[in-house]
Amino acid sequence: MEYRDGKENIALPDANVYWLSSVVGTTTDSSGNFKIPYRGDLKKLIISSVGYRSDTILVNRPDLGNIILYPTVVLDEVVVEKQVAPLQKSLFKVQNVVSVDSREMLKAACCNLSESFETNPAVDVNISDAVLGAKQIQMLGLNSPYLLFTQENMPAIRGASQIFGLSFIPGSWIEGIQITKGAGSVLNGFESISGHINSELVKPIIDKRFFLNLYANNFERYEFNSRLNHNLTDNLATGLYIHANLRNGNIENNGDSFQDTPLAKQINFMNRWQYLNPENGWVSYATIQYLNDSKEIGQLDFNIDTDKLTNNNWGSEVKTSRLDLSSKLGYVFPELPYQSFGFQTAYSNHSQDAFYGLNIYDINHNSFYSNFIFNSIIGSTQHKFKTGISLTYDSFDETVNSTNYNRDDNSIGAFFEYTYDNLEGLSFVAGLRADMHNNLGNFFTPRFHLRYSLWDKASLRASFGRGKRGANIFAENQQLFASSRQIIINPNDGNYYGLKPEKAWNYGISFMQKLYILNRVLDFSIDFYRTDFVDQVVVDWENPREISFYNLEGDSYSNSLQIDVNYEMLQDFHIRATYKHFDVVTDYNSGALEKPLQPLSRFFVNLNYETLQRGEQQWRFDFTSNWLGKQRLPNTESNPVEFQLPPYSPSYMLINAQVTKVFSNKFEFYVGGENINNFTQNMPILSGNNPFGPYFDSTILYAPVLTGTYYAGFRYKI
Amino acid sequence: MRKSILVFFLILGASLSHAQDKNKTVTFEVKGNCGMCKSRIEKTAIKIAGVKFALWNVDTKEFKAIIDERKCSIDMVKKKIAGIGHDIEGYTAPLDVYDNLPACCQYRNPESIHMNHGKH
Repeated sequence: MEYRDGKENIALPDANVYWLSSVVGTTTDSSGNFKIPYRGDLKKLIISSVGYRSDTILVNRPDLGNIILYPTVVLDEVVVEKQVAPLQKSLFKVQNVVSVDSREMLKAACCNLSESFETNPAVDVNISDAVLGAKQIQMLGLNSPYLLFTQENMPAIRGASQIFGLSFIPGSWIEGIQITKGAGSVLNGFESISGHINSELVKPIIDKRFFLNLYANNFERYEFNSRLNHNLTDNLATGLYIHANLRNGNIENNGDSFQDTPLAKQINFMNRWQYLNPENGWVSYATIQYLNDSKEIGQLDFNIDTDKLTNNNWGSEVKTSRLDLSSKLGYVFPELPYQSFGFQTAYSNHSQDAFYGLNIYDINHNSFYSNFIFNSIIGSTQHKFKTGISLTYDSFDETVNSTNYNRDDNSIGAFFEYTYDNLEGLSFVAGLRADMHNNLGNFFTPRFHLRYSLWDKASLRASFGRGKRGANIFAENQQLFASSRQIIINPNDGNYYGLKPEKAWNYGISFMQKLYILNRVLDFSIDFYRTDFVDQVVVDWENPREISFYNLEGDSYSNSLQIDVNYEMLQDFHIRATYKHFDVVTDYNSGALEKPLQPLSRFFVNLNYETLQRGEQQWRFDFTSNWLGKQRLPNTESNPVEFQLPPYSPSYMLINAQVTKVFSNKFEFYVGGENINNFTQNMPILSGNNPFGPYFDSTILYAPVLTGTYYAGFRYKI
Repeated sequence: MRKSILVFFLILGASLSHAQDKNKTVTFEVKGNCGMCKSRIEKTAIKIAGVKFALWNVDTKEFKAIIDERKCSIDMVKKKIAGIGHDIEGYTAPLDVYDNLPACCQYRNPESIHMNHGKH
């Protein structure tokens, strides 16, 4: 008797040998031999030994020779894994949060943060105007100034960078995004009204060592993205991230003499340092970012050297340089894992020099932010709290044609946020902050979120909160300069261009249910949010000769309803469908009107299919369709007939698609198209052939200017 | 600013060195299987007055808590956890309570470890 060990046969002692269906048996001796009495009625011999597969042998001769037993095959543990979806809605968080990870950002061209929301139904992406084509986002039917952006929980994309700021954060630097609908938290300040979007950047310690992405599209846009990370010690790492983009082709396909998309150049550089020591509890980041961006657009014949600020040809240039410095320091008490503190500071300088035809708009914004947060518990981890103080300072220096506006904002505030969890399905977060602000006055900001588990895998959430802010009317509506509209401000003894600050309450309720249908998860959610403005700076586009800014008299509200369904229909085939309905109405001087350029309803479908991985190879397919309902257009009745627009835009559909081929864990290639059904606005610029005349207006944009955009790119990472 | 940070740490240090009985870390093994066990053990522990923090590790079966010894004792915590069905050295769960645990949580049965523990 022997067993096989690798290639060698080794004698197997103590194996059991017995006749089938009998009790007659023996065992092998120390050299593996055995003898067993023969019986005519028994033909089959069974040989067994622990750890080996038993064998049954037909006995037809006296010497059976070598019998080899093979070891029992022990299968390694089989791990069945399911990847978490790149877009997650938690059943358990108190706030209504959608978490998006970096994989979601690979589903679209996603050159920068503004484009990373195109496959995400919680946020709407709009284009600001027909000249600059800056992508802006909206939540709950309200423009981006009403939602708070933070980068690693420090306010970003505010003030001067309101219109273009989203394009200053390259998509490949982003590790994840958390979108909170409704009032948000008191930790990050008092400004947020409709929601809070936080983006987390890649972290040098855990990020890929090297990443390279090149991208090009049919409208001569080229992008370069690279990340390089290096661990200096186990606890300290640094990362160098570079983004550059260039668009240098003149594109004019719609016959209005204007370029359809700007010539653009951007260099964007970031250096991060990360220190993380789980043993002593300290964690720290230091980040420096420098950006230089220029956009040039106008009539095809525009020559910046000879035509700038003349009426030879209409042209525009926006040059921005921006410096961001930030640091974070955090400490978790090693003996008390529930207790920690964090200290954040950020400084930025944003400097923009721009002209639009004969209009000049320069802005210089210096900003300082500092926040100290202490986390601990009251009695037990069922009762947690966060408290701290924050300091902000902003100085604005603006030139609007021949007028100078200077303003300094500073504030000091303290906040306290209490989180309760009864561990049986009820939890809430109640926050209050008190701020002293030189222009907004002294005020409280309450925020409240509640979550309750109605039954298995179902969550009901409710929230309310108030936000307050001063409107930077020019920076937030910069597109107005690309028109012949006259700027009118009706001052009201306020500190913001003579206007009073904005103040609004937000209330929301949402319900979410996860179900298993045919063994796959379906999640369904419905939410309703209402924002009620107490004070607002109304931006009134209703007279085509003017844009006016005045404080609200009367009512202004936004109601938004959203219904989402996510389901994996077939293995690795996901569908995400969303319906949204908006009712946004403001009392203008000319009466109560729907907010212009706001689709009354939207329908969104995203289909995603990934093939099974074969080795490291995989195909990924992504398809997104957006249907936008009719939008009310600003009143143009007083224009000559050829420059009049109907009261409502037509509804339309936009289709994007992308295919990615993964060749290995290191290399992937993608091609895709945006607006592949080629829907464009008929006359994106009013009176484009006479841009110095009274009817010139590029601000009424409800659909894309560019036809289908096709792109290709690759990503290499190690 | 620097001075105030120093003062902060001094106060912190003082409160920590003084805090031996207020923040006592205790660790011991608690028998159990799965995520449901984890939730049951941690919930029971944290609801005891004086228990500030409770964590049970599904893989190592190690239970860690931070307790205020002026309000409760390690003995009390062990008794409570054993009382809801989870054995601890020196404390055996009552049979009727144990028998009422879901099948996947019945850790005394060696087969239970192979059961589907669901994602609870």
